[in-house]
Amino acid sequence: MVNLKNYSIVLKHFVLLLTFLLLTSCGNNKYSVSKIEGKKIGITNNQSEVTEIENYIKPYRDHIDKDLSTTLAYSPEVLDKSKGEWQTNIGNFLADVTFEKCNVVFQSREKKSLDMCILNHGGIRSIIPKGNVTARNAYEVMPFENSATVIALKGEQILEMVNYLISEKKPHPLSGIQFTIGSNGVAKDILIQGKPLENNTIYQVVTNDYLANGGDNMTFFKKGIKRTDLDYKLRNILIDYFKDVDTLKINSNKRIIKE
Amino acid sequence: MKRRDFIKNTAASSALLGIAGFSLSSFTSSDLKHITILHTNDVHSYIDPFPADHPRNANMGGVARRAALIESIRKENKNVLLLDAGDIFQGTPYFNYYGGELEFKLMSMMKYDVSTLGNHDFDNGIDGFYSQLPNAKFEFVSANYDFKNTVLDSHVKPYTIKHVDGIKVGIFGLGIELDGLVDKKNYKETVYNNPIEVATDMARVLKTEQKCDLVICLSHLGFKYKDEPNKPSDIFLAQKTKDIDLIIGGHTHTFLDKPVIEKNLEGKEVLINQVGCYGLNLGRIDFYLTNDKQVASQGKSIIV
Repeated sequence: MVNLKNYSIVLKHFVLLLTFLLLTSCGNNKYSVSKIEGKKIGITNNQSEVTEIENYIKPYRDHIDKDLSTTLAYSPEVLDKSKGEWQTNIGNFLADVTFEKCNVVFQSREKKSLDMCILNHGGIRSIIPKGNVTARNAYEVMPFENSATVIALKGEQILEMVNYLISEKKPHPLSGIQFTIGSNGVAKDILIQGKPLENNTIYQVVTNDYLANGGDNMTFFKKGIKRTDLDYKLRNILIDYFKDVDTLKINSNKRIIKE
Repeated sequence: MKRRDFIKNTAASSALLGIAGFSLSSFTSSDLKHITILHTNDVHSYIDPFPADHPRNANMGGVARRAALIESIRKENKNVLLLDAGDIFQGTPYFNYYGGELEFKLMSMMKYDVSTLGNHDFDNGIDGFYSQLPNAKFEFVSANYDFKNTVLDSHVKPYTIKHVDGIKVGIFGLGIELDGLVDKKNYKETVYNNPIEVATDMARVLKTEQKCDLVICLSHLGFKYKDEPNKPSDIFLAQKTKDIDLIIGGHTHTFLDKPVIEKNLEGKEVLINQVGCYGLNLGRIDFYLTNDKQVASQGKSIIV
């Protein structure tokens, strides 16, 4: 400590005064909120940009743009989900491609073959235009991160699926299955891989994880006997297929026939 | 002897000057502290602005613009905390190509302070998140995800305390139930604990034990679930806890025009804010704090 014995009395008092002030007024250093203001600030093109940030992003953007713009295949026609009552060309195409690519994975992993594929009409988010096809098209059609999943279903559940499709009246993408809606509105001639549906047979159905979890009210999937996640994103299935072929193979045959 | 006295005198007077300087500044200008909280949520890898022909968000968003806005606010008040409420990942090819690298690097450049984890931040698995952590020069907090048996153990803390202009700000994180929302393969051994119970404890630790002046919760629970009123949400959280000043929310992509004021267990006001998604907006909350007992006793005014 500093020895204050040589200080004048005034100085001593000054120190005492300061100490006193410190202890009383400033001893309470507790802060409490007196006012709050809150708002949302929109980020618009009226706002300037930080050049350093923009320059930092550019090489990443350029690489992605280049990659997404590379022509991978050719589409002979416009693939559009809005044309068709019970099936569409894009629906057939996506279900066929998903079946084909997943069957290879499933066979090598489980030593079994797939029987059919069902996807959801709502999951198709864009058209594929006629002409050159790029990975960007795959991102536009399938912006979601859904992966392929195989569910083993009994024939009874396949029948539930068929009844669901008739009541929904939506052209959900199908592959490997074909049936007829009779004039009475009831399903008949249900064929899986060309063979009549049997109630007690177990069928391997590939779909996306969203539907496998009961999405779009496809509750029949919850009665599945076995589930095998293929860890293969639907978008990547599409990109891999684009890389495999020169021209997209579009099979417009009917999966659901209305009498 | 004279010389020694002179040295003593000099030492004493500089000590005095120090005390005087310190006490005087405490009395006058420091009575009112101003802390600005800036926040985003559910940016989902949106780095570029939306194109001019976009049906809903034409010409909105963009990281380079957000950075400029943040810079201008920092010039106005240097006492800023920049926070994010999760779902940084997933939504544009930037994530598919680079796994979140660019998102973390840009947030670091903008000087984000703290973020919590959303369900989509597990999209490349907990290992994918972990591998990007070296790119994040900011902290992650989550109090109700127990990462003990995962690679994130010790990398994500329940809470952090930031000292801003002499004000102690406690920030903790809360995440949504992962089961059914995220593949178990992705979240692995992460254990989800009840957010309300955890928040009750966190608020006590931060306010009572750590004596924080402000307690902020970064929540990825979602704003409100109309059909499931007992599902943990920001509204539910605000009502069932105490000592939380501000909840910054995410997950439900809720566009609040202004912060919502809710009453907590003690009938005190809690602010909840969420600014939609995709970096379209920046949330701004300004806290003014005083150590003047008279002013404090008049309560606080909330202007939203």
